[in-house]
Amino acid sequence: MTGPDSTTASGIGFVVTASGVSKAFGRRRICTDISFVLRRGDRLAVVGPNGSGKTTFLKILCGLLRPDRGTITYHFHGTTVPRNHWHALVGLVAPDLALYDELTALENIRFLNDVGGWGKTGGQLRSLLGDVGLAGREHDLLSTFSSGMKQRLKYAAVLVKAPPLLLLDEPTANFDDSGAAIFHEVIQRQRAAGICILATNNKQEAELAERHIVMGE
Amino acid sequence: MPSGTSSWASKVLALLAKDLRAEFRTRYALSAVFLFALTTLAAVSVSLGAGGLPAAYLAVLFWVILFFSALSGLAQSFIKEAETKTAVTLQLATSEDVVYFGKWGFNLLLLLGLEVFLVPLFLVLLNVEVYQWWLFVTVIFLGSAGLVSSTTLIASVVAVAGVRGALFSVLSLPVLLPLLVPLVQVTEKCLTPGVMTPGTAELRILAAYAGIALTGGWLLFPFVWRE
Repeated sequence: MTGPDSTTASGIGFVVTASGVSKAFGRRRICTDISFVLRRGDRLAVVGPNGSGKTTFLKILCGLLRPDRGTITYHFHGTTVPRNHWHALVGLVAPDLALYDELTALENIRFLNDVGGWGKTGGQLRSLLGDVGLAGREHDLLSTFSSGMKQRLKYAAVLVKAPPLLLLDEPTANFDDSGAAIFHEVIQRQRAAGICILATNNKQEAELAERHIVMGE
Repeated sequence: MPSGTSSWASKVLALLAKDLRAEFRTRYALSAVFLFALTTLAAVSVSLGAGGLPAAYLAVLFWVILFFSALSGLAQSFIKEAETKTAVTLQLATSEDVVYFGKWGFNLLLLLGLEVFLVPLFLVLLNVEVYQWWLFVTVIFLGSAGLVSSTTLIASVVAVAGVRGALFSVLSLPVLLPLLVPLVQVTEKCLTPGVMTPGTAELRILAAYAGIALTGGWLLFPFVWRE
């Protein structure tokens, strides 16, 4: 799989810190007092049964939700990154996240490239689509894609940004064997590029990480 | 810190272009806005006939049709992002101000497009004569800017709200009433023969409303867009 050189460079000096993070929805507790420090090359698996709050925790990590107590902090070369700049550093692949059905595959990732200002050329974007097995389908509307192909496009979309923090929620959902191979290649590359956090029920996927958080205990 | 290299304006234009492309393919907001305007205008025209209406009535009719047509479509770009789960994609793709001004630009183009379609029809079907064209065009532009600036923020609030229903209209009406009153007053002057007034005071009010609404929306939007 080809990828941008900036991927590797961007994760150097990037640290994510969780300090006493707790979240509840009413009386339902999602997580309590979670703390960790993650650096480039670290992999963390968030495991737990359905409804245990794995997705919510990922949303807290990427700044879409605020914790009730505790803090998440992004540091870049020792400087704290303001929350309104986190979007440039984090990529998320999740069932709760969709791309635009009314655009083609190439238009989708070109839009994400342009609106984020990532400066990829048309050739690089086509190459990304080829990397996730969508060569030849660049000009097809997303509404004609199967769920597995949409999942592949989500990986291409996140690779446009080459984020130092990659969050994967149910990373192989809807994937066939070749799709699962894409997932393995992406997280292998992410070890050099930055931090990877997986939220999964799958034991084999969870074993790819060295550190684990168990939700719903 | 890694970040995008393109200019802020090119990011806004990218979002605007995406919304326009998606809109022309789905007609999500276009059909709502244009069909509402056409239906209302046809009903008014058939019921009241052509000609004979005082300028004050014509001004009210014009803005009522435009106002409610706009309300039926201006919230769609944000609501659609929420309903199709692309809002999360957008939240992680770019900054709040790019999203706000991209959506503002899309809504302004949508409304100006509606006006290009609606104004000639209104003038022809109701046999209306405009006596101060420059003022008429200026009022329409400032009114559109004010209308869009207010409704863009309200649409974002509605999009993130769990219960939508008539929330957009309920929130918009009190906010837009101070805009509608001077709009109708100046438009009446444009349609009245022999009244050659620059309408400076009203234009200042309209420009101030648009400026305050745009700035207020820009400052408040981040609190709506991210929890």
